[in-house]
Amino acid sequence: MGRIRKYKNLFSSRNMLILVAIIPTIIFYIVFSYGAMGYAFYLSLHNWTLGEPVRFIGFSNYLKVLKEDPLFYKSLWNTVYYSIVTIPLGGILALLLAVGINGLGKLATLFRAIYFAPVVSSLVAISVVWRWLYQPEFGLINEVLGIFGVPRLMWLQDPNLAMPAVIIMAIWHGVGYTMVIFLAGLQGIPQTFYEAAMIDGANRWQLFRNITIPLLMPTITFVLVTGVIGSLQVFTEMFVLLGTPGSGPLDSTRTIVVHLYQRAFSYFQLGYASATAFILFGIILILTIIQLRLLRTRWEY
Amino acid sequence: MRENVHIDIVKIIEILVLSLGSIVTLFPFIWMISTSFKTPPQIISYPPTLIPKPPTLEYYTQIFTKLNFGRFFLNSGYISVIITASALLTSSFVGYVFAKFNFWGKEVIFMMILSTMMIPFAVTMIPLYLIISKLGWINSHLALIIPGLYSTFGIFLMRQFMSSIPNELREAAIVDGCGEFRTFWSIILPQCKPVLAALGIFTFMWNWDNFLWPLIVLNNEDKFTLPVGLSMFSQQWWTNYGLVMAGATISVIPVLIVFFIFQKQFIQGIVLTGLKM
Repeated sequence: MGRIRKYKNLFSSRNMLILVAIIPTIIFYIVFSYGAMGYAFYLSLHNWTLGEPVRFIGFSNYLKVLKEDPLFYKSLWNTVYYSIVTIPLGGILALLLAVGINGLGKLATLFRAIYFAPVVSSLVAISVVWRWLYQPEFGLINEVLGIFGVPRLMWLQDPNLAMPAVIIMAIWHGVGYTMVIFLAGLQGIPQTFYEAAMIDGANRWQLFRNITIPLLMPTITFVLVTGVIGSLQVFTEMFVLLGTPGSGPLDSTRTIVVHLYQRAFSYFQLGYASATAFILFGIILILTIIQLRLLRTRWEY
Repeated sequence: MRENVHIDIVKIIEILVLSLGSIVTLFPFIWMISTSFKTPPQIISYPPTLIPKPPTLEYYTQIFTKLNFGRFFLNSGYISVIITASALLTSSFVGYVFAKFNFWGKEVIFMMILSTMMIPFAVTMIPLYLIISKLGWINSHLALIIPGLYSTFGIFLMRQFMSSIPNELREAAIVDGCGEFRTFWSIILPQCKPVLAALGIFTFMWNWDNFLWPLIVLNNEDKFTLPVGLSMFSQQWWTNYGLVMAGATISVIPVLIVFFIFQKQFIQGIVLTGLKM
């Protein structure tokens, strides 16, 4: 506090440091985040389509998306379908793997590395690989299923199978990430809790149910919230696995971002696509707030 | 005695199941590599074989001589390195100022920065595309580098970390006559090595793998990054499975090797960057 007088000089090296750090940062965020978002909102209020004059149309784009675009609802449903299967299934699998691996010593490091390998691999590359695995005539998956007498499946051509095919790959790709997060959470649980419960005669299931799950609740919340935010924006998997633009057979893998990408960059309906993006933003915000509310109130200790 | 036997059996079953899962996890990679060395008749032979006999290197020669893969690789590499270096520098500098100094509007500015993490990329990608085309950067790597100069998450992470560095460290350096900028660079920054490594790995991986934005702003093959190049190339050459798998192998294997060597740092990075979000 004795040094306050020194700081009063506007051009002191302390003030210069702050200015050099903060001013460019503010400019960057004004242009690339707030400016861009404001611009997006401006676009969403206009009919902004390549080759047509720009026209202010108020909230018509939003109404059109919500009232006149059956493909939007199709894509919303597909996104929900993808999320509602991938997140719980991937999460449970990751939790089981983490519990299984935890405490295996040297082997744990090996298993962790193996299950994490898909996470560090380029999503485009592994989507290409899975497209080959799903190939109906020569693909490995059909060959293996054939051994068990399953007839050849048209994984990526069948509207009923395309989304499950994407989901299987997405779980394979993402489970290692969630597992590592759970492993970190498990290591934060004091061993004495388990020891005390074991002395009281608790079995493995009881330990899992009454110690692991409640104490892991913050981690589970994190996995759930970030999982929902991510999966509502799923795009690359569809785009590469199903081929441009990723809408799949009978639009069965058309997700919101696939839909929006096509509207924006194939049809150049930028106003319309921006309105769709804001609706997606709204959905993400609402779901995140609901999850945080529900999970916080129920599990705060 | 009996208890021990029981636990061992559970452990053995656990390890068996985990091993089976490991095979399922690794098999797509193994199959990718295997296909990339097979001649066309071997690729479609029934029953499928694992080991190519004889293996062919033809696809790899084609990829680097006739196709632009080397270029994609270099593009991705240098862009990711620049963005990572920049994000590390800006994040630690801005994070430091937020952690260690008080100034007018600090909390508001910080919240304004932090809350941009909630904006989905789908919202900003269309206006960014228009801004970038006004600047004449379509098909230029500047379109990827400039928006990546700052990392919101990085600023947040570095502020958290810098807060734990004792104030006395900075004050002692200042009293000793060290300037503010030098104090940051030679006293504070070296304290942050582990967290910088974590943030670096995270940022590099994210940019190496980034797909949607480069797909939008790049349309010339010379400029493609590896994911965009591979995606285009796989659609163009789809039925040449061996060639496409060679492309995928080239994209995946170097990163996997780096990962297996630095496994501990990778995992720590993910945990640190993931859990603190």
